[in-house]
Amino acid sequence: MLDVKDLEVTFTRGVEQVHAVRGVTFRVEKGESYGIVGESGSGKSTVLRAICGLAPTSGGEIAFEGSPLPTPRDAAFYRRVQMVFQDPYASLHPRHTVDSVLSEPLAIQGFDDRENRIERALEEVGLGQGFRFRYPHQLSGGQRQRVAVARALILEPEILLLDEPTSALDASIQAEVLNLLDRLRVERGLTYILVSHDLAVVSHMCERLLVMQHGQAVEELARDALRARAARTDYTRRLLQASVGYSREDAA
Amino acid sequence: MSLLNVENLRVTFPTRQGPAEVVRGVSFTLGRERLGIVGESGSGKSQTGRAILGLTPHPGTATADRLEFDGIDLRGLSARQWRGLRGKRMSMVMQDPKFSLNPVMAVGKQLMEVLRTHGASRAEARRAALEMLEAVQIRDPERVFRAYPHELSGGMGQRAMIAMMLVSAPDLLIADEPTSALDVTIQIEVLRILDRLVQERGMGLIFISHDLRLVSSFCDRVLVMYAGRVVEELRASDLSQARHPYTQGLLNCLPQIDGDRRPLPTLDRDASWAE
Repeated sequence: MLDVKDLEVTFTRGVEQVHAVRGVTFRVEKGESYGIVGESGSGKSTVLRAICGLAPTSGGEIAFEGSPLPTPRDAAFYRRVQMVFQDPYASLHPRHTVDSVLSEPLAIQGFDDRENRIERALEEVGLGQGFRFRYPHQLSGGQRQRVAVARALILEPEILLLDEPTSALDASIQAEVLNLLDRLRVERGLTYILVSHDLAVVSHMCERLLVMQHGQAVEELARDALRARAARTDYTRRLLQASVGYSREDAA
Repeated sequence: MSLLNVENLRVTFPTRQGPAEVVRGVSFTLGRERLGIVGESGSGKSQTGRAILGLTPHPGTATADRLEFDGIDLRGLSARQWRGLRGKRMSMVMQDPKFSLNPVMAVGKQLMEVLRTHGASRAEARRAALEMLEAVQIRDPERVFRAYPHELSGGMGQRAMIAMMLVSAPDLLIADEPTSALDVTIQIEVLRILDRLVQERGMGLIFISHDLRLVSSFCDRVLVMYAGRVVEELRASDLSQARHPYTQGLLNCLPQIDGDRRPLPTLDRDASWAE
């Protein structure tokens, strides 16, 4: 459904150049949940931003259902591909109510029946109508992230790009948001691309994953291979080991 | 004899709705060991750590029936007495090096400042500072010594801060989420440094974190906090036998690489936990 081929992203400021993504290739099938794992600076979020046109691609191509994406992306693209950002404290406008956050994409895309759609979107993410006219500061972190998910889903997209959707949340809230995403995927047959630094989250949510380091793809693994600890590269093995926690032997 | 004795510690902030108690009667003792304090945001774990060092932010107030560090009563110390303790005998590593190092002072100078304040000569301080940078596994201590905080990566900055807190060889170190801003692989390195220092110097360490799994793999003993109270205290190795439903809930709601529980169990908060 989505083909990323030899993707390169370079940020230029004056004479300085940062080569954030260096030739990344992967393919996501319809209905699949695909994970991208890496540490900070590995370029994992940049890949996601490049897909939705928020980062300057300097090479390679991204094709959606076989045809290359136009730059800048058109409204039809955003109708089908939506993104949920990492920090629910920063990604919602502080002076817009939940209602206006949810109406804006509907107005841009010219949807009818807005009233009902907003009500339904709130119900779907487990927030009642009571939340509709609240401001972000009247919501907890988990509730804000639910609003962000509702905002992305209100256009009934096919692909959801999830950039560390739970890393700013407490463990118990993380479980709730992951369950919500899981349920919505089944109900709506969504395709996910999920970026995270947490192997456990990716293993829980995704059937396949890509490990990135220094802007490059290190290896692609299926979930079963990850569970069998069948990593082919040292870096992935190190990540796996670190995700277990600290061991006394480490002190030696 | 224990290094730190805390009995019935309470931290209160005045609000428009009346006083809000964020730490409500916390008691524990600490020897020369690694003690973990775990809880979610708002559980009072950081305020507990700060209150021990007398750093409860204004207008909050901390009270305790007993707050003793190595036989010294910490309640009602004068600012001067605090200065003699903080940095020298007890110190604190904060979560994010970006916000806790002085941005306009070279790292080396900040390190020396600690020692100079407590009476070392310039040459002595410089030597000790460089040694300490080496001890926290910084490969090029001379460069880091001259560098400003913005010239260091997150992991380097965190090590520099740990060096700064340890350069005076304190007896007690309070580390508040010292690795949460770091990548997993660097996280392990920083823990290794702390671990070695606890073992070699016999330092007491309070490790505050929201990450139950990390704490249980690193600490000797764990206090689990909820709504300002310690709901459970247990040996880190016995975590899987946790009794309190909150601790069990925290452990269960984490996704696992091997587990395939769908949906993940969520935490049903019981009002009685906060009693």
